[in-house]
Amino acid sequence: MKKNYGIVAAFDTTPALYQACLQVRDAGYTQWDSLTPFPVHGLDAAMGMRRSQVPRFSLTGGLIGFCTGMSFIWWANAYEYPLIVGGKPYFSPMFAFPISYELTILFTAFATIAGMFLLNRLPMHYHPLLKAPQFVRASDDRFYIVIEASDPKFNPAQTRALLEQAGGKDIAEIEE
Amino acid sequence: MSAHSTDHTAQPAILAEVNPAIIPRAVLVEQNRDFHWITEKVCGIVEGTTPTWWWWCFGLAAVIASFTVSGLVYLVSTGVGVWGHANPVNWAWDIVNFVFWIGIGHAGTLISAILCLLRQKWRTSINRAAEAMTIFAVICAAIFPVFHVGRIWFAVMPGWLFPFPNSNGIWQNFRSPLEWDVFAVSTYGTVSVLFWYVGLIPDLGTMRDRFTATGNMLKARIYGFFAMGWRGSNRHWSNYEMAYLVLAGIATPLVLSVHTIVSFDFAVSLIPGWHTTIFPPYFVAGAIFSGFGMVMTLMLPLRAVYRLEDLITQYHIDCMCKITLATGTMVGYAYSMEFFIAWYSSNPYEGFAFINRAFGHYAWAYWIMIGCNVITPQFFWFKSVRENTTLVWILSIFVNVGMWFERFVIIVTSLARDFLPSSWGYYSPSIVEIFTFFGTFGVFSFLFLLFIRFVPIMPMSEVKAVIPAADPHAGHHH
Repeated sequence: MKKNYGIVAAFDTTPALYQACLQVRDAGYTQWDSLTPFPVHGLDAAMGMRRSQVPRFSLTGGLIGFCTGMSFIWWANAYEYPLIVGGKPYFSPMFAFPISYELTILFTAFATIAGMFLLNRLPMHYHPLLKAPQFVRASDDRFYIVIEASDPKFNPAQTRALLEQAGGKDIAEIEE
Repeated sequence: MSAHSTDHTAQPAILAEVNPAIIPRAVLVEQNRDFHWITEKVCGIVEGTTPTWWWWCFGLAAVIASFTVSGLVYLVSTGVGVWGHANPVNWAWDIVNFVFWIGIGHAGTLISAILCLLRQKWRTSINRAAEAMTIFAVICAAIFPVFHVGRIWFAVMPGWLFPFPNSNGIWQNFRSPLEWDVFAVSTYGTVSVLFWYVGLIPDLGTMRDRFTATGNMLKARIYGFFAMGWRGSNRHWSNYEMAYLVLAGIATPLVLSVHTIVSFDFAVSLIPGWHTTIFPPYFVAGAIFSGFGMVMTLMLPLRAVYRLEDLITQYHIDCMCKITLATGTMVGYAYSMEFFIAWYSSNPYEGFAFINRAFGHYAWAYWIMIGCNVITPQFFWFKSVRENTTLVWILSIFVNVGMWFERFVIIVTSLARDFLPSSWGYYSPSIVEIFTFFGTFGVFSFLFLLFIRFVPIMPMSEVKAVIPAADPHAGHHH
């Protein structure tokens, strides 16, 4: 006997999904998700989600990038081998700025993408939802709500009833 | 007037209710296509059998690309003398082609990043292909600075391009705009690839799911590997969209800085005709102008061949034409302002440099540039021109030609006639240079053809999000 991962319900339109998400959120579930082929506007609020934490990674990356640029150029041109160019000072933040600026952007990009993957726990090539054949349409034209069995409020009968009442179709249990 | 203002009992000057005229929004996907149609249309291009024309074009592109390969092999095995550079024009063909290609890339980033921040939804159906164009253009651009050092391994060790110390342990002079350029272009290339890949992830997930459903497990594995296990979870979308927004937010200053730094290669020097403060904005406008020229050169045939008229609508073409017109006019303004400043500065060298550009030995190149860059885009004022796809395509070719000549004019005329008349000269490219440049169009087409064959050419998830059915409030906004 395989473990139950959760209950899934399908929706055909974005308004139907949106209304159902409001109901699941208000019923007090926390371990649940919706699967959509594109980002649905306003769904984060309808699911009661917090604002994404990705910008923290971006800011950290940007600061590290800027400091790397400034300190590396100081080290290379003023410390490691002081370079005399036209009697100018060995180091000035002015001439180090363009490279530091580019490194700020480079490191921000890496940190942003790394942050996105980390927060999303990706790559994750094995997932119960990816095994279920009906989810082919989640990346095409259908919308799903999944309530996980690990949710403290999860009860097979009640959860199914909630999804039915919210207008969910093809309600099914998904194996772990 | 006075009688009207003193009469307080008359009708109020302010309307009780304002009823602004409702201007219908342009439809971004025509014929009311649904989600599934978009998936079928875009995936169908990749899943279908390889068209015959594709093989012909691919073969032709490979043959043309071989010119670059042979030119570069000959250069590395013989020495930089095979290029036609000689005193006083020691720097010409390679930098002209570098700036030309890197400029083309800029439209891709403008479409994907700047238009994203400005919430221009029409960007969705063209941004994937435009970003691919950016990446391939940066590859073509990078060939020239890497190979102009001759012994290409010297680009890394002892650091003729990349920051490594030479055999005496001396590091690069980081005051040099050429060193800034290395950082700008390599950052630009890297961030463009990352941005493009992040945009691709959901669509690769769609491809994986479709290949899984049809039982093609090998392709499902390959696309699935790059899709990173994407499953369309809204908790993922939330972070994904934030990451995409941040990337757009940093790619915007990046694209502006890249061509600014490219212009510093010239503006920071003291050569008459280069040493001007107008260069950064003028180069950025020119880059976007040339890039949109190339986007139209690529997208219009693609639209016709794959019957994408419902996704790349007349509205999209209108928008691209208008941006070309706006940036082309900015470029024209910059040309005239350069002349004005040359006169106003009363600097005889500066004045001579510009008179010489328009009426000297390279006047032919100057007037090709003016014709293609200043006059061509003015046709886009007319709706009848913008609606004639063939004509738009032909005009876009003129834009590409004109922008190549712009770089040629700026670089070659200024160097050929510098401060000392005794060192004046006339530069002509050698056959090796001509072949090497000609071949880059093959390199570019080769990569672009691979792209349209194996990668969804439109971001399905983004196009789906802009059709009316995507609105969770079904048009009733709160």
